[in-house]
Amino acid sequence: MSEAVAVQTSNPPITKDLAPERIAYLDGLVQQARAASAIFTQYTQEDVDRIVKAIVLAGLEQAQHLARLAVEETKLGVMEDKVIKNMVATEFAYDYVKDKRTVGVIREYPERNLVEMAEPIGVILSLLPITNPTSTVLFKCIMAIKTRNAVVFSPHPRAWRCSSEAVRIMHETAIEHGAPAGVFTCLEAPTLQDNAYLMRHKDVRLVDATGGPGAVKAAYSSGKPALGVGPGNTPVYLEKTADLNASVVDIIISKTFDNGTICASEQTVAIDDEIYDSALKKFTELGAHVCNEEETKLLEKTVIDPKTGMMQPLAVGQRAIDIAGFIGLRVPANTKLLIAPIRGVGREHPLSVEKLFPVLAVYRAKSTEEALKVCVDVNHAGGLGHTAVIFSRNDEIIQRFGEAMNAGRIIVNSPGAIGALGAVYNDLVPTFSFGCGTGGGNSTTDNVNVFHYLNIKRVARRTQAHMWFRVPDEIYFNMNAVENLRQFESESTIIVSNPALERMGHVETVRRFIPEQSHTHVLFIPDAEPELKVVMEGVEALNFYKADQIIALGGGSVIDAAKIMKLKYESPQADLEELAAPFLDLRKRVVQYPTEKVHRARLIAISTTSGTGSEVTPFAVLTDKARGRKVTLADYSLSPDVAIVDPQFVMSMPKKLTADTGIDCLTHGLEAGVSNYASAYTDANAMQAIRLAFKYLPIAYERPGDEEARSMMHNAACIAALAFSNASVGVNHALAHAFGARFGVSHGRANALMLPHVIAYNAAVPAKFMPSPYQQGYMAHKKYATVADLLGLGGRGIEEKVGRLIAAIEELLDRLEMPRSIGELGIGREEFAEAVPELVATAFDDPSWRSNPRMPLISELSELFWKAYEGRGARELAGAAQVRTA
Amino acid sequence: MAMIAVWVKGEGQGVAPALREAAEKVESSADELVVDLAAVRRIDVEGLRAMEGLVSVAEEKRVKVVLRGVNVEIYKVLKLTKLAPRFSFESGDSGRERS
Repeated sequence: MSEAVAVQTSNPPITKDLAPERIAYLDGLVQQARAASAIFTQYTQEDVDRIVKAIVLAGLEQAQHLARLAVEETKLGVMEDKVIKNMVATEFAYDYVKDKRTVGVIREYPERNLVEMAEPIGVILSLLPITNPTSTVLFKCIMAIKTRNAVVFSPHPRAWRCSSEAVRIMHETAIEHGAPAGVFTCLEAPTLQDNAYLMRHKDVRLVDATGGPGAVKAAYSSGKPALGVGPGNTPVYLEKTADLNASVVDIIISKTFDNGTICASEQTVAIDDEIYDSALKKFTELGAHVCNEEETKLLEKTVIDPKTGMMQPLAVGQRAIDIAGFIGLRVPANTKLLIAPIRGVGREHPLSVEKLFPVLAVYRAKSTEEALKVCVDVNHAGGLGHTAVIFSRNDEIIQRFGEAMNAGRIIVNSPGAIGALGAVYNDLVPTFSFGCGTGGGNSTTDNVNVFHYLNIKRVARRTQAHMWFRVPDEIYFNMNAVENLRQFESESTIIVSNPALERMGHVETVRRFIPEQSHTHVLFIPDAEPELKVVMEGVEALNFYKADQIIALGGGSVIDAAKIMKLKYESPQADLEELAAPFLDLRKRVVQYPTEKVHRARLIAISTTSGTGSEVTPFAVLTDKARGRKVTLADYSLSPDVAIVDPQFVMSMPKKLTADTGIDCLTHGLEAGVSNYASAYTDANAMQAIRLAFKYLPIAYERPGDEEARSMMHNAACIAALAFSNASVGVNHALAHAFGARFGVSHGRANALMLPHVIAYNAAVPAKFMPSPYQQGYMAHKKYATVADLLGLGGRGIEEKVGRLIAAIEELLDRLEMPRSIGELGIGREEFAEAVPELVATAFDDPSWRSNPRMPLISELSELFWKAYEGRGARELAGAAQVRTA
Repeated sequence: MAMIAVWVKGEGQGVAPALREAAEKVESSADELVVDLAAVRRIDVEGLRAMEGLVSVAEEKRVKVVLRGVNVEIYKVLKLTKLAPRFSFESGDSGRERS
């Protein structure tokens, strides 16, 4: 129904011009071809290869018969050359296609898990030229059989007899060897109206038009996919370093081949001044006539239509002596070519256009630049996208010529026409259809061949995403691990720390274990998120002392500062702002961190809190106060070389800091555990960190002097960081970052406020899944249940286990005397409501959630903030959510 | 419900005569004609024409033509030639997959 309507609406002007009987005839041809092409889809590669070989042999057998018919009927071209064309169209095409796979799987890329398969097109409408009326048929039939397509041929009206004979021979041979009947059909008495109707026919899938500009334009205007291959205007540069004799012979071969009917043949030759006279002498010696000024004028008037500026059709494919006869010029009977010197390109120089007959324009160029410019002019005078030719031994000039020409084929030191056909003089794909790219209004610059007659399907199997587990080379842990500093040789060490740690004696402890020969200096920085100014002062100090070792002693801020100092010290050109550019996948990020290192200094990180794990992470946060912005840097080159996890530096951590940093550690473990980037490697660390935090955090909080608890929590923080350094974090961090920054709440405390709600959120069926090549299906709720099992929380089924995990976390938070709602912090409801839109926007911008298993919607972020405001109740929510979880 | 069942085997040239024979069996008294094509791997142009002929005759007599056990290659041929909507299809071993 819809198709019938489509035909009526798209075709009225054309059907109006055609008698109903003619329409029925044309429809019949297409239906026949459609049935054949449908049947053809069942054929195997072996089937089509057998038929292809048979029609190739038939074409070779009939090459002379068809050539003779063509010359007799069209009265253009050279019989002997047409025989060669027919043989090239069959034998050379066969040589190219015979081993190509065009059915089923045609190419395999095992390393990419990718397979390409062929899908035939169906019915192809093929418009044929008068200049190559039989060779084009032979070539297209081979392509069509090889690709299991059916073709309706529409010959040029003045070449119908020879073209239809070629179609008949191909069809009969193909059928005899098993092709479906109707695979090739040929229009009788074709007209422009027929072509117009067929081009828009609903069952014609591709229009392949080889011919004049009108046919090509009509093909592209039909609204059907089209291969329109039309006129050219081949510029030639005969450069002074060329082998003159060989070049002149090549030009004559090409320009006189089939009396110049191949559209890739040479049209205007720009000849360097130095060799111009000898080149013309050589042309004359080899049978060309060089016209004088008067003869050239006569030629212009006779072979070029003054109204259109284009060649006269009557001259196409005629012999040189006959064309000379048109202007009353007497030349020897064996004259092969008429050469017309011209002084420019364009309408004032009529012979600078395409001339499909043996008339060649030549131009004396005073310099390389002038020759190249003339060639550009010819290229732009009707030759865009087609073919250009250069004869030269100068590679640089050949390269410049290639750069300057807009041509699908740039033929070097060989005949243009036969060179462009491919496989004879070069390794171009053999063809009888030259794609001319957008310059010629075409979709391709290729030599059209079998792959243009196919739809190529890509079967893309899922690839196993490459993952990684990257951590510092060395990690020393447990009490007095700092003593390991002794083994690191150094001549100049800078300790980066803060005054409070100095007062506690920690800096001195560290100094004690640095080998004596190292000149050691201490750089104190404020105990706050590092500022750009502070970092740059640090870099100055590193340069001043030519440091080969940097020891960062402190919490996350100090270690982050040292990481960035080292980055700028080693790679002064590093642009921090650019390096902070957002990215989705670490391996595909736009910005690459510098790999050249000036000093190759060692960074040793000694953490004095048990939370951020900055001593092993590839992250660093920097504040640029002058510009009021914060940049987060992430790259494994930022990871410290050595981490020292020595609990002696955390024994005196205040209770509140112990709780805050401890919850940060637990959140790292839980988020890395369900992250889309989680792997068995990160899971091992995440799960162990969670287990340690659950067991030892309350002890460390309640009994700060408990060395075992302190030690285990210190390890837990580092182990959780090993997990999230590779698996990243999730939506909890995105929410906590936004909320903490806006209301000045510590990072760990902000995490704690969100944690139960985020677990309930991730455990439910997502409104929107995150695309995740790293995971098989949705795993978050199952991972939480595994955590519950690991903690021995009991419960039956995933839903109950997740509920118990949330309850256990809530109990832990209570035990740590954490605020359990944003409201409890004294933030008024109205104030919070006012802040929520901005909090949501900031959280959504935060890269942390990109690895979250569930993709947060803006509305969901808002709901999560409100749940955190109200506090508690996450377990009940989780229960409700789990009902929907598969 | 009256039903005529035709079992077609062989392929290529063997299919068309069997289908033409089936067309002759179509009677208005029957509700449907079931053509079992499970043993047919491929059809040719002649077979395709015979199939079109068969369904045309059946449509005239208001008899539904059910093709049983058609492989996907032949099903694709019927889709490409727009003949598929004129038939009903049934899988070879179990119940109907489309009507």
